[in-house]
Amino acid sequence: MSKEKAQKTEISSEDIVIKIVGMHKWYGDFHVLKNINLNVKKRERIVVCGPSGSGKSTLIRCINRLEEHQKGQIIVDGIELTKDLKNIEKVRSEVGMVFQHFNLFPHLTIVENLTIGPIWVRKTPKKEAVETAMYYLEKVQIAEQAAKFPGQLSGGQQQRVAIARSLCMKPNIMLFDEATSALDPEMVKEVLDVMISLAQDGMTMVVVTHEMGFAKSVAHRVLFMDEGEIIEENSPDEFFNHPKNDRTKMFLSQILH
Amino acid sequence: MELDAENNSTVVIKPPISSIGIIGWMKENLFSSPFNAILTIIIVSVLWFSVIPFLKWALIDSSWLPDSNCRGTGGACWSIITSNYKIILFGFYPQHILWRPITAICILVSLLFVSRNRNYWNALLGYAWLFSLVIMGLLLKGGLVGLESVEIEKWGGIILTLLLSVFGLTAAYPMGIILALGRQSKMPVIKTFCIFYIELIRGVPLISLLFMSSVVFPLFLPEGVSINGILRAQIAIILFTAAYIAEVVRGGLQGMNKGQFEAADSIGLNYIQTMRLIILPQALKIVIPPSVSVLISAFKDTSLVVIIGLYDLLKTTQTTLSEPKWMGFSSEAYIFIALIYFVCCFFMSTYSRKLEKELNTDLK
Repeated sequence: MSKEKAQKTEISSEDIVIKIVGMHKWYGDFHVLKNINLNVKKRERIVVCGPSGSGKSTLIRCINRLEEHQKGQIIVDGIELTKDLKNIEKVRSEVGMVFQHFNLFPHLTIVENLTIGPIWVRKTPKKEAVETAMYYLEKVQIAEQAAKFPGQLSGGQQQRVAIARSLCMKPNIMLFDEATSALDPEMVKEVLDVMISLAQDGMTMVVVTHEMGFAKSVAHRVLFMDEGEIIEENSPDEFFNHPKNDRTKMFLSQILH
Repeated sequence: MELDAENNSTVVIKPPISSIGIIGWMKENLFSSPFNAILTIIIVSVLWFSVIPFLKWALIDSSWLPDSNCRGTGGACWSIITSNYKIILFGFYPQHILWRPITAICILVSLLFVSRNRNYWNALLGYAWLFSLVIMGLLLKGGLVGLESVEIEKWGGIILTLLLSVFGLTAAYPMGIILALGRQSKMPVIKTFCIFYIELIRGVPLISLLFMSSVVFPLFLPEGVSINGILRAQIAIILFTAAYIAEVVRGGLQGMNKGQFEAADSIGLNYIQTMRLIILPQALKIVIPPSVSVLISAFKDTSLVVIIGLYDLLKTTQTTLSEPKWMGFSSEAYIFIALIYFVCCFFMSTYSRKLEKELNTDLK
């Protein structure tokens, strides 16, 4: 596996924060993930793409154990994911996740959505949690909506709140599961902008997306998955200009028109 | 000036007189077609021949004074209520100290009214409830601070009805939630137990549970130990209602979006936190209407304790009716207690609508 290929200059540290070795997953008899090997270094940004049903969402959902893998190893921040609940909760509090459908808590206000994690998981005092929440709401440019409920916000605004909610837990790693796929076209940019600014701050990111522009400009590495396997792994330049694998070529020709 | 205004303003065309006002409304809603006109006439005449005589019976020809001889009057005999209200409302509670249950009921009702407003839901209100429960218990039971002691067996009428329902419902609701969560549990033993419990209880009528609690259950107690009949009935009502609440709550839990669990998981909340902070507040909100239905029917079902000889509102009324002087005036007595039940149920149902409105965060 070629790990060193697509390093941009800013990654100096060799710390591996996500290590996946020989990982398999089945849904019943269906083999969704086949022999996945992946190392993600600190501050590295990885884009995972591929046709729908290729297992890319399942892969990143395994990283914070929303899905359970059956074979192989996943080590996040030095903690191996096993059945041990304590470890799982620890990993989850270190890894932020942004969902396709936002999954904000509709019965809580925006600011309560952001503080619930810090207050109950990190035991942060309420005042401090609210300050942190307002800081991140400012950062995603939505602070004036703090007292509203999620149902009153547009999709793009909700997704930015969801990103801020993850950031409030001060995660080391952020996972994005098709964060822009459920948005109206005019709202995609405001969410991508937030993701780009996160990238500029040096966040370690694993992003499942169909936004190839984002992949080109932000990713250190692009993974292409098909039928549960990582088929190609390359720098964005190489990936888009000189894809090696036939299936990658076909996928790109379909997606780039 | 006036003329000018009239000339300058655009001419307002009024709708034809036949489509507005009372006539218009009647034409549109009551006589819009020959069929509707016939229906209207039939219904009006049915109302005319039933409501008018009823009002005449209930209000005009009726006799209200306590201890008056009703046999002579042609109308309703409300004297049965005015003469016997103490027995009907309070059973065999000693009549010279009726201020005690009355005060207890006033405390309960005012607490319920204060608790209607969600802004007052804080620790203080919790302490107020605890404190008032002790006070109410003391008032009813007595035996301390110079209050005359009253046997629990003598508690009757509305005291018993409120006791059975308020405690029954407040205990059954959390128990039902726990059962619903247990039924969804991944732990097979807990899950099986909850399913078994819920299906068993739902498969049995409340009356048979009450019989079991009053006849069968005492056989299993060691000699010399006895549990008060009211308490046994209370437990039967709680066990019964909880099973129904559990199924209603389960419906709400299954209606929850999987994404909510995942989002809660992904920020590291544990199971209890996820349920308490994220899932239950939403799921319980969805099931307010069906749970209130369960609670209302449970409230009315407390009248089934008549069967095991407890003197609740219904039984005290029957006792009054068995006196020769009042025989034959059952309609009046039953209308009276029906009104009491109606007021309580109506209170629950308006409260549930208010709560639903307040908790709606989607369309503010």
